[in-house]
Amino acid sequence: MAGADRSNHAPDLARDSAFKAELVALIPHLRAFARTLTGDPTAADDLAQDAMMKAWDARASFEMGTNMKAWTFMILRNQFYSEKRRSWRQSQLDQEAAERTLVAIDDPSSPVALDELRLGLGMLPNEQREALVLVGAGGFAYEEAAEICGCAVGTVKSRVSRARRALQAILVRGDYRRDGGAAGEAMGSILADAERLSALR
Amino acid sequence: MTDPPKSPAAVDEARLRQQAIGAKLRQMFDELVNEPVPEEFLDILRRGDTPGSGNG
Repeated sequence: MAGADRSNHAPDLARDSAFKAELVALIPHLRAFARTLTGDPTAADDLAQDAMMKAWDARASFEMGTNMKAWTFMILRNQFYSEKRRSWRQSQLDQEAAERTLVAIDDPSSPVALDELRLGLGMLPNEQREALVLVGAGGFAYEEAAEICGCAVGTVKSRVSRARRALQAILVRGDYRRDGGAAGEAMGSILADAERLSALR
Repeated sequence: MTDPPKSPAAVDEARLRQQAIGAKLRQMFDELVNEPVPEEFLDILRRGDTPGSGNG
């Protein structure tokens, strides 16, 4: 908006450095969001780095003072889907990523419930997972999530609610393809954990 | 689709589960956010730090 008719590209160093400070503070959030989208730490960091560079390159188009977190999440999400579109074996990659995730977390010493939650989350369709993560964990309002995902607010609401139901069903059924885990155990462990957490507050 | 009518207790339990899942989800995301950022990320930004240069 501002600067649209400014044809001189004199670098605004103060603005750049304010932009950069804000962008740096968002890196952990971008990495976390990327991880939930890809389910794979290496792919997630590649994606987060690409998004960070894109945001930096596009800094002139960002209006300072507006929601940079939502803006960068939108960039990251667009990057994720355009890479997926480019991939000629998209579905295979998804499948492989899912398998890798399953193998990667098959560590008996790691906390059970978080693993099950990650697995369950990984079983949701992309659109439901991202909506649930943005609203349920990322701290975005439905309106902001709708902007990030490029869809209507009502669509986000219904995706979040479908995601919640599906995730609960997966966790209760124990339907996450983990060998040897008793059905319902994950949900029990999550509930116990929630009680412990709320007792701490 | 074929959900039987739910008793109040079942509704309560479902709500409790949702809250628990929500808390866990936030915990999972927060843990990811709290992971240390690899130096690479800051290196990339430092490299992009040459305003006006066509070096890419």
